[in-house]
Amino acid sequence: MGPMDTAGLIALLREAAPTAQLEDAPGIDLQPTIYAARDDMPELTRVLRDRPELAYTLLIELTAVDYWPREPRFEVVYLLVSIAHRRRLRLKVRLHGDDARIATASDVWPAANWLEREVWDLFGIVFDGHPDPRRLLMPEDWEGFPLRKDYPVQIKLTPRTTEALQVTEEEFRANLTKDRLSRDQA
Amino acid sequence: MGLESEIPVLTTSVEKMVQWARRSSIWPVTFGLACCAIEMMAMSCSRYDVARFGAEVFRGSPRQSDLMIVAGRLSRKMAPALRRIYDQMPEPKWVISMGACASIGGVFDNYALVQGVDQIVPVDVYVPGCPPRPESLIYGIVQLQRKIALQKLA
Repeated sequence: MGPMDTAGLIALLREAAPTAQLEDAPGIDLQPTIYAARDDMPELTRVLRDRPELAYTLLIELTAVDYWPREPRFEVVYLLVSIAHRRRLRLKVRLHGDDARIATASDVWPAANWLEREVWDLFGIVFDGHPDPRRLLMPEDWEGFPLRKDYPVQIKLTPRTTEALQVTEEEFRANLTKDRLSRDQA
Repeated sequence: MGLESEIPVLTTSVEKMVQWARRSSIWPVTFGLACCAIEMMAMSCSRYDVARFGAEVFRGSPRQSDLMIVAGRLSRKMAPALRRIYDQMPEPKWVISMGACASIGGVFDNYALVQGVDQIVPVDVYVPGCPPRPESLIYGIVQLQRKIALQKLA
């Protein structure tokens, strides 16, 4: 199958997920771009991956854009590739600033795991059901989400020369005991 | 130092001897943060050959190093790690801040980067440039040698 325009792709998706709200997004390139509604995402992601006529098995990128002060300010962007049909799809979901949460896609595409952690880290968008919702790039005790447009980028903070213990106190003591035991045996 | 006539012996003071030994074998720790590290590597290779100044032995362990060349931008997340490596180096130890980012944050005037590594470790020599050429870094090492030569033992 050759390339397909956005309208054709939306028609295919409507067939597979009749209740989903889909919208043709204006683009300047030839890549199909579709706006989807947040609440349809758990169904849509599965349809996109599992339907043989779609077969978007590869999640290339998952990222977000902040259009502050416009509302809905966030757009989560999924870049998908169908290897079987040699097609690409740019899927976007709009999110309001006061309700920036969306279902995780990591149960459909495992590649989404760290990408969603990165988006959480830098934009503060919550991915419901994520298996490991920690920060990815910033220090774990960081406050704020640096890629938000209203974040003070040039803040001057005193850098820290120590880092917090990465284990709990109990784990630390258990490790010490284990270490001592192994040395006694040697 | 003076050469005694007839006898092949050099006399000197312990201080001068130690200063000479220290400045002639500055072993840097293998520690590169960004693009400056590429110039640092070039400095240690044959074209620029910092072995001429006795500083070519990049050690894999901070325990065996005298010099830390902070080669590149230091992120706030990396700062504790840099400090730990510095703390692991035995005395006497020196620090060269290489390039604009390490010295003042460079073009990265933002939340993520430490605006000058002198907030984390004491810096002996600042080498300007973005990145500094290997010759600049060698010049920095020579400046550090001059500094070490003036360092009193007590």
